[in-house]
Amino acid sequence: MNTYVTGAVSALSMIVATSALAEPTAEVLHYWTSGGEAKSVAVLQKEFADKGGSWTDMPVAGGGGDAAMTALRARVLSGNAPTAVQLKGPAIQEWYEEGVLADISSVAEANDWETVLPASIAGHMKCEGTWCAAPVNVHRVDWIWANAEVLNANGIEMPTTWDEFNAAADKLQEAGIIPLAHGGQAWQDATIFEAVALGILGPDGYRKAFVELDNETLTSDAMIAVFDQMRTLRGYVDSNFSGRDWNLATSMVMNGEAAFQIMGDWAKGEFMAAGKVPGEDFLCASAPGEGFLYNVDSFAMFDVDGDDKKAGQELLAELVVGQNFQKVFNLNKGSIPARTDVALDEFDDCARLSADDMQASSDSDALLPSYAHGMALRGAQAGAITDVVTAHFNSDMSSADAVQMLADGIANSM
Amino acid sequence: MVDLSLAQTPHQAEGRTGRLILRWMLYILLLLFALFYLLPLFVMLTTSLKSLEEIRTGDLIALPRDVTFAAWRTAWSEACTGIQCEGVRPFFWNSVLIAIPAVVISTLLGAMNGYVVAQWNFRGANLFFSLMLFGCFIPFQVVLLPMARVLGLIGMAGTIPGLIFVHVIYGLGFTTLFFRNYYVSIPSELTKAAKVDGAGFFRIFWSIFLPLSLPIIVVTVIWQFTQIWNDFLFGVSFSQAGTQPVTVALNNIVNSTTGIKAYNVDMAAAIIAGLPTLLVYVIAGKYFVRGLTAGSVKG
Amino acid sequence: MIKWLEENTPKLVLAPSFIAVLIFVYGFIAWTAWVSLTRSRLLPKYEIEGFIQYERLFASPRWETAFGNLFVFGTLFIVIAMVLGLALAILLDQNIRTEGAIRTIYLYPMALSMIVTGTAWKWILNPGLGLEAMVRGWGFENFTFDWLVDPDKAIYTIVLAAIWQSSGFVMALFLAGLRSVDGEIIKAAQVDGIPTWRVYTAIIIPAMAPIFLSAFIVLSHLAVKSFDLVIALTGGGPGYATDLPATYMYAMAFSRGDIGQAASSAMIMMLVVFSIVVPYLYSELRSKDG
Repeated sequence: MNTYVTGAVSALSMIVATSALAEPTAEVLHYWTSGGEAKSVAVLQKEFADKGGSWTDMPVAGGGGDAAMTALRARVLSGNAPTAVQLKGPAIQEWYEEGVLADISSVAEANDWETVLPASIAGHMKCEGTWCAAPVNVHRVDWIWANAEVLNANGIEMPTTWDEFNAAADKLQEAGIIPLAHGGQAWQDATIFEAVALGILGPDGYRKAFVELDNETLTSDAMIAVFDQMRTLRGYVDSNFSGRDWNLATSMVMNGEAAFQIMGDWAKGEFMAAGKVPGEDFLCASAPGEGFLYNVDSFAMFDVDGDDKKAGQELLAELVVGQNFQKVFNLNKGSIPARTDVALDEFDDCARLSADDMQASSDSDALLPSYAHGMALRGAQAGAITDVVTAHFNSDMSSADAVQMLADGIANSM
Repeated sequence: MVDLSLAQTPHQAEGRTGRLILRWMLYILLLLFALFYLLPLFVMLTTSLKSLEEIRTGDLIALPRDVTFAAWRTAWSEACTGIQCEGVRPFFWNSVLIAIPAVVISTLLGAMNGYVVAQWNFRGANLFFSLMLFGCFIPFQVVLLPMARVLGLIGMAGTIPGLIFVHVIYGLGFTTLFFRNYYVSIPSELTKAAKVDGAGFFRIFWSIFLPLSLPIIVVTVIWQFTQIWNDFLFGVSFSQAGTQPVTVALNNIVNSTTGIKAYNVDMAAAIIAGLPTLLVYVIAGKYFVRGLTAGSVKG
Repeated sequence: MIKWLEENTPKLVLAPSFIAVLIFVYGFIAWTAWVSLTRSRLLPKYEIEGFIQYERLFASPRWETAFGNLFVFGTLFIVIAMVLGLALAILLDQNIRTEGAIRTIYLYPMALSMIVTGTAWKWILNPGLGLEAMVRGWGFENFTFDWLVDPDKAIYTIVLAAIWQSSGFVMALFLAGLRSVDGEIIKAAQVDGIPTWRVYTAIIIPAMAPIFLSAFIVLSHLAVKSFDLVIALTGGGPGYATDLPATYMYAMAFSRGDIGQAASSAMIMMLVVFSIVVPYLYSELRSKDG
């Protein structure tokens, strides 16, 4: 009797309002496959399920998302796009221009994203005035991490200029400690490079060079100085760095084998996972110079058929930018919430420093997108820069040659 | 078979000891090469049986002090790929579902094609064969995007039949090549005589050629199975949640970007993913060499 | 009707494969050629713009490295794998008692994908974790084996791993060849007192000419397609020192969103393949028809 009634009611509701009551479903393509990341995604999945949604997981790891992007392209071309995709930076607008993204403005407006997100980050989520992606977090890229004990033992303060950094590194090298833990993969070379460039060129110079691709700045003497500093840093790296994963470099700092690492705040997740305490076991500071380089992860919704999937997209967008998810996810991931109205009580000192700096940089117009992590430029241009950076770092190319190659490479990528 | 011991050289006087030393050197040389080939497998196997603690402190090629199968269990049914923590098991079965039909279909088609090209010479048969052969060499990256479009159009995007379809298409070149080269060495008088006796096209294939084909079928099946089972590029591009093959799952497990790297689980997962092809080679390796002798390379 | 069907059965049997190959190989090559003439970025576009992508390709220092690597890698890989494969086959053909086991050991690397064995190779070749550290641990402090991290030598580690993977297969081919050489001729030669090494150089090896050709074709096909190997071992690094055309193309198409550029590099790769395969096909089919 009971089941009969329920059955009849649900059948009725199906007829009356299919679209309104369609069970939200989402197939989510992402490359957060490990440790803290996977745990963070599981939080989202749980919230999604609690609201009656059914989540299909489609993880594709590898190459910082390369494999996932391969799968995405094939899926879109075959007319079988996933419901939601982990996508970021100008790639969002590039996909929008191909006409394959869904509009989530209704969710954004209902939840007032315009006021809770910093303007420059909101800008990345919009395509020609409509909202087309939902931000998850803000990673700061230009961090220096250090082993507190090693610095203490050698009487070294956290450096605030690159000259101080070099002096400290020379001292450490004499003491038989590897000054800089680094993994020789192209994206890691690029990560260091942009931190150095921001410090030496300053926020305006950085914007001219890596957002506007201004040829004059790209070929300036200051840019030669950036490559000179890269060459100096090369001398502070151990001989065995090629191909090393970034988290292995982080553990070198952790166990005192090396003193510093220049890496985004996902490195903090490694320290925390190993039970290290910020301020006591390890130190964090922004890389020398002004400004703040951000790397914002986000989800873009693809244009799909089916009311259940559309309902899933709306629910997902709402949850992703929701206060609870922004807090829990970022506690796991080491980043800070994209929305500015999340209480940071439970976050650590480094995260709070990051949030303060973000606010300050936003006010002084120094909140800048990371080129190395695909926030500032489209793939072809960013790739052309990285090619030069990694070729220079891994050979004995002169800085002047590198600058010339940089200009040629960018021109050739257009 | 060439046998040095049969050689009646005029320098026999140098004697038995000389030959014995040579013989020993030969065995030592062969053994050294065997070590070279075994090294990676040895490292994988021992690492998968160690605890993480032992990996951190121990030597690369040291034998495990305490053998533990925990990593194997984790890799098979617990390791996380994304938020799903079911190990490689579900993906392993996807691979089986993809590989077996694809191998059977492509081998069968290859046998028929080879039979026609080798025995039913007509104008254009050689052209067909050349076109086919060149197809073996096409870099697979090239076909990803247009293939995705085609799979979408025929409604097989993201499905296991779609993956089977792709593997059959790009396996045809090699299977046809194998069978053609094998059948070419069978005298065409056989076909002619059968035709005179009134046997038709399929009859001749079925009762004369197929029974002769065991060696080359073994070679083709081994080759195709290895190719399809080990494929990553097609698997990652043309699958969706639920149809991903084991190589994609392995990649997801090994390529963690954060967290503590469980080398032993990585290695165990890698061995599990490689086990079917490994078994095929160990069990059927003998027939493989025999099959190659029987024709595929004679042509 | 039935007669027509009977006469044309062979053609009908070939038809599906023929159509499939026309579409999925040649149609797709044509598609790639077309796209290589456009300015396609994220997804393919079809407005022809001329040879701009090829100009970009030849102006790219990274492509220069990748293309150069193909020749260094390809030559070393093919020559060493053939010589080693032949040598192992001859050694194994001397009435070795444990031949079956040894043959399987030599052959098994072919069974495993580089995605599987790459991790182990990476360890072994890594100076800090693998062979170098181990030998130093034994007390040889000056032992160095750091090719993997040396931009000038890293390509040789790719060669090493590729040889490890394929030389056993080449050995199997040659072994099969040795077994099919006519035993009577060899016995006759030996009775005549011709030294064994002469028997090999003058009789057996020349008789295996077709096998050299087959091995060459299989190896060059592996060389041009090498992709997993590089991704698993070096990821193209240090810098882009170990890039190959296949990895270059993949990077352009999928991580850079530069499909036009990828298509032009694919066309050049296809040209290389063409220049290898066509002479082979020519000789192969001529000898059969003749």
